[in-house]
Amino acid sequence: MSSVLEVRHLSKRFAGSRKTPAKEVLADVSFQVGEGEFVTLIGPSGSGKTTLFRMIGGLELPTEGDISIDGANAVGTRGHIAYMPQQASLMPWLTVSANIELSLTIAGIGKREARALARDWLARVGLEATAHQYPDVLSGGMQQRVSFLRALLSPQKLMCLDEPFSALDALTRQHMQAWLLSLWESNRRSVLFVTHSIEEALLLSDRILVLSAAPASIIREVRVPFPRPRSEALWGDAEFIRLKQELYDMLRPDPTL
Amino acid sequence: MGSKRARLLPPLIVTAAFLLLWQAAVWLFGTDAYILPSPSAIAKQAYDSAPQLAHHMWGTLRITLIGFGAGALLGFLIAALLHVIPWVKSGFYPLLVLSQNVPIMAIGPLLVLWFGFGMLPRVILIALVTFFPVAVAMMTGLSKSDGRLFEYMRMIGASPSRLFWRLELPGAMPHLFSGLKIAASYSVISAIYAEAIGSDSGLGYFILIAQHGFETVKVFAAIAVIVLLSLALFGVIALAERLFVRGGSPRGKEGSRS
Repeated sequence: MSSVLEVRHLSKRFAGSRKTPAKEVLADVSFQVGEGEFVTLIGPSGSGKTTLFRMIGGLELPTEGDISIDGANAVGTRGHIAYMPQQASLMPWLTVSANIELSLTIAGIGKREARALARDWLARVGLEATAHQYPDVLSGGMQQRVSFLRALLSPQKLMCLDEPFSALDALTRQHMQAWLLSLWESNRRSVLFVTHSIEEALLLSDRILVLSAAPASIIREVRVPFPRPRSEALWGDAEFIRLKQELYDMLRPDPTL
Repeated sequence: MGSKRARLLPPLIVTAAFLLLWQAAVWLFGTDAYILPSPSAIAKQAYDSAPQLAHHMWGTLRITLIGFGAGALLGFLIAALLHVIPWVKSGFYPLLVLSQNVPIMAIGPLLVLWFGFGMLPRVILIALVTFFPVAVAMMTGLSKSDGRLFEYMRMIGASPSRLFWRLELPGAMPHLFSGLKIAASYSVISAIYAEAIGSDSGLGYFILIAQHGFETVKVFAAIAVIVLLSLALFGVIALAERLFVRGGSPRGKEGSRS
């Protein structure tokens, strides 16, 4: 299987100053995301997931190690990923459609094509009524749908989703997971997903990488065995519950600390 | 529409009450017109000298618009330049502040001395006064762009020029318009001053002549026209703001929820 993202022996230390001590955030992290594969990083908060994303996005340089995206070295270079942040991050002065078009044109798609894509897909996911509305009239869940669509339509091979549902209420979150699942399963892209939710990880992913607390390293890899297409019915599955318990035990804070 | 009318009502009532009080006071104390004319006398004078006032108003309006336009453009360009190149900002910012500490009383006659009695010294004077609030407001707006949006744009690989045109500049629009509103009021006042020192037309010149003849009524008539002119300019900018600053600005009512 050819890998779209390959991270090799990545480490990151932030040099200290007089006031803050030096901090090691990532320690020798290696993994890859295959073509059309959904890989989830899960770990306690403060385990350097955001730093890892910033390095993959090219905003931060690793202290050691390599990142390659689609076969090309991507250390310190931007524009190789489609990105969905924690908060929807839509420009408040642009309509929903114009927001999508903006991201697509930044990714190098022509204006006319970007517009056609945005209109076409907004209609396809039942959001055509919002195309000419401004983001502030949309609910949080709707904004995240637009944000996901924007990432899905971007031409880059790798999609990075950074805790995209963490700001939503529990019910909306479940709806969003089901929505994303169905959309992704019919349009397979390579995804690197970060979450704190074990159920979310199990429902969506092909593989789950468990990160330790800082300095983060991968302590476990779980291959999620459920066949696709999946649905929320999985939540009652015995294997699902067993894996959930297993992951929960791994993520429990060290009692000796 | 009804609520809009309701909002206009309080200022109208207060203004009317103020004018009535003024009228009553002048009538009651029998104040001489050359000291303080009554509003009705001012209105009558304005009506009688309408052609003259209109002529001078056009002169004032012309240099105000040219000076304001030049100043606003200058302020915009300076803000953009200082924002994009950080060392320029640290180097030139003190100079900008300094430019506002030079009293226009001193610089006005000097400009006439350097550039003659034409329109140029007046336009320069107005531009000098108006560029500053625009530049400062705009720089504030540019430096306060939303951190989350900034991070998002950088993650998807937006170039510095895209960041400026698609994020920082639209984000700075509300600030830019506050600066423009302040500058608009300044520009009318400085136009009047400029016309009083080196001109043979305009409301400033009109006031100067009226004052020399102790025609206080005419001075007040001109003041009334100036006030209306300022209000009109302010209104045009407020209207433009409503057209250009769309969607929920970061300061909008929706934004305060999160």
